[in-house]
Amino acid sequence: MKIRRIRAVTRKEWKQIIRDTRSLMLSLGIPMLLIVLFSWALKLDVSNIKTLVLDRDKTSTSRAYIERFAHIEYFSIIGYTDKYSEIIGCIDAGEVKAAIVIPKGFGADLKAGRGAEVQLIADGTDPLTAQVLVGYVSAITAVFSQEYILQALSRAGVTVGKTPLDAQVRVWFNPELESKNFIIPGLIAVIMMVIAGLLTSLTIAREWERGTMEQLISTPVKVSELLIGKLIPYVELGLIDFVLALLVGTLIFGVPLKGSILLLFVMTIVFLVGAMSLGLLISIVAKKQVLASQMAILITFLPAFIMSGFVFPISNMPLVLKAITYLVSARYFVTILKGIFLKGVGVSILWAEGILLLVFTGVILMAALRIFKKEL
Amino acid sequence: MEDAVVVKDLTRVFGDFVAVDRVSFSVKRGEIFGFLGPNGAGKSTTIRMLNGILMPTSGQAHVLGFDIYTQVDRIKENIGYMSQKFSLYDDLKVIENIEFYGGIYQVAKQKRQQRYEWALRMAGLTDKREAITGALAVGWKQRLALGCALLHEPQVLFLDEPTSGVDPKSRRDFWDLIGEIADRGTTVFVTTHYMDEAEHCDRLGLIYRARLITIGTPEELKYGSMPGTVVEVEASDPVRAADLVRNVNGVLEAAVFGANLHVVVRDKKEGIRTISRVLAGAAIEVTSIRPIEPSLEDVFVSLIRSEDLADENGARDAAGS
Repeated sequence: MKIRRIRAVTRKEWKQIIRDTRSLMLSLGIPMLLIVLFSWALKLDVSNIKTLVLDRDKTSTSRAYIERFAHIEYFSIIGYTDKYSEIIGCIDAGEVKAAIVIPKGFGADLKAGRGAEVQLIADGTDPLTAQVLVGYVSAITAVFSQEYILQALSRAGVTVGKTPLDAQVRVWFNPELESKNFIIPGLIAVIMMVIAGLLTSLTIAREWERGTMEQLISTPVKVSELLIGKLIPYVELGLIDFVLALLVGTLIFGVPLKGSILLLFVMTIVFLVGAMSLGLLISIVAKKQVLASQMAILITFLPAFIMSGFVFPISNMPLVLKAITYLVSARYFVTILKGIFLKGVGVSILWAEGILLLVFTGVILMAALRIFKKEL
Repeated sequence: MEDAVVVKDLTRVFGDFVAVDRVSFSVKRGEIFGFLGPNGAGKSTTIRMLNGILMPTSGQAHVLGFDIYTQVDRIKENIGYMSQKFSLYDDLKVIENIEFYGGIYQVAKQKRQQRYEWALRMAGLTDKREAITGALAVGWKQRLALGCALLHEPQVLFLDEPTSGVDPKSRRDFWDLIGEIADRGTTVFVTTHYMDEAEHCDRLGLIYRARLITIGTPEELKYGSMPGTVVEVEASDPVRAADLVRNVNGVLEAAVFGANLHVVVRDKKEGIRTISRVLAGAAIEVTSIRPIEPSLEDVFVSLIRSEDLADENGARDAAGS
């Protein structure tokens, strides 16, 4: 391998990248756009759930219960009604996501110690919200009933003083349970995969299509020199994308970056070389730009999006899919990024992912070097 | 010294299609060797195999003594190639294309600048070094491609239809350049389908339907490979005259060339007499009838005709047996 030939290829590729202004703008702009869009649109946080209240009891007790919902940010009581049918209408129309129904005799039953019931109606078409909603309502109701018991006991002369058993929940690594904190690191991984695959999937196919490859393969340039020379500028471009994504994520969206920046970059380079090699491999096999870009979407984007654990937790997948995720390099990168960003963990924890990433990169690069033939 | 290119029974098959069929020839050092034939005859396939960018199906070939199967890298270091389709980077500047190929061919540092300037000068692009290559006219692009293929001073230069799509003036200039390059000792292997260009070559091979039909200097081909003599007839109705003459005994070939009729006859005197008689009998006015030096085109038309005839006979024999 001759450094000079690699350098000649790298220089040429950079010139072509820069001269193709539109593609350059796209490759720098699309990651930014995706981060901004996803961070706003893919909000998994449940808050301000529009709620309708049907209070058939209308006692001070029922009002005190409803009061509990009015003061939390998760709920937003948008109105009261007297008719059950209105609840159905509002949920059907999507005007409310939830309704709380307090039956007649709620206050009296509680006072008499008979035990009372409330009904929660949740819109199950959005299961994630509904699930969170049920949790919130159950918790609020439990606290309400506990306090009611304590009050009753103290009136009866029994002093318990404090709540007997109090679960102090602490959520680590993402204390506010903000979804953007775990979406953005995962998103960066997916974006890097897509950009890497798309950019490099065109580079060899383009030379075949334009006929420039015929000239190139008639020269003494080695396959390794050609492919490495082509990888370098794209990895550099990918790193620029990564830095931009990093800045947007941390500065604009306030995602914490707790771990080592050095480790972050080392892992990113390993990942990018692997992802770019996969793009090259696609380009070598496809030989046509249109086919190559379609293959790149199928082979890099979809698995990175669906099977990396970015959107769907791998632990919930059927066994076969779970096995396939081990072939998706984005999976390791998602774990690594989340670990470094949110947990601040280092090599002692992430070594396994790091090694698997390295193996993936090595295998794909070798395959690309092997499969590319300097022949028509 | 051994020949620059030695080819023996070289064959390439694509599926059912035989693109090059047991072709054998050799190219001497320092000569301009022309590979002449119609489109699709197998010229490009042959040149690509010799460049090491297409593997032969069978047969042998050596370029500068290096085997095309096992020493492809050595061959590529010592040859220059210009493909039929312009294949430099349209989105790079003229000088950037030159620098790229200078880097790929590893032109020595102390020589580099001088070679780059030489290439620019040769291509007539010294003033346009900063121009985007894609914006150049076809003739200039070809010269730039030639410059890039010669940066490393190769011993053999392969040119695949270098003048296709180029205007006549640029074509002539291009052939002057090829002459200069050959004068400096570079072996030039060039394919073309232009008959007039063939005259520039030291030796020619005619390839037709994947087979090499004949090989020799233009003079040898004109006088040696043609059975009979070419007679030029100026007649009032050349098309009808050709039809009449074609079936006459002693006439091998009759074709309309421009306003005239070229007739190939087995015997010069006998032939002229017969033609005159037949045309006079058909009331066609003949203003002149004389033997001429055959052009390469005459030679090739006649050779291709007899090749087709042989094929037909072969097919008939095969069907009859």
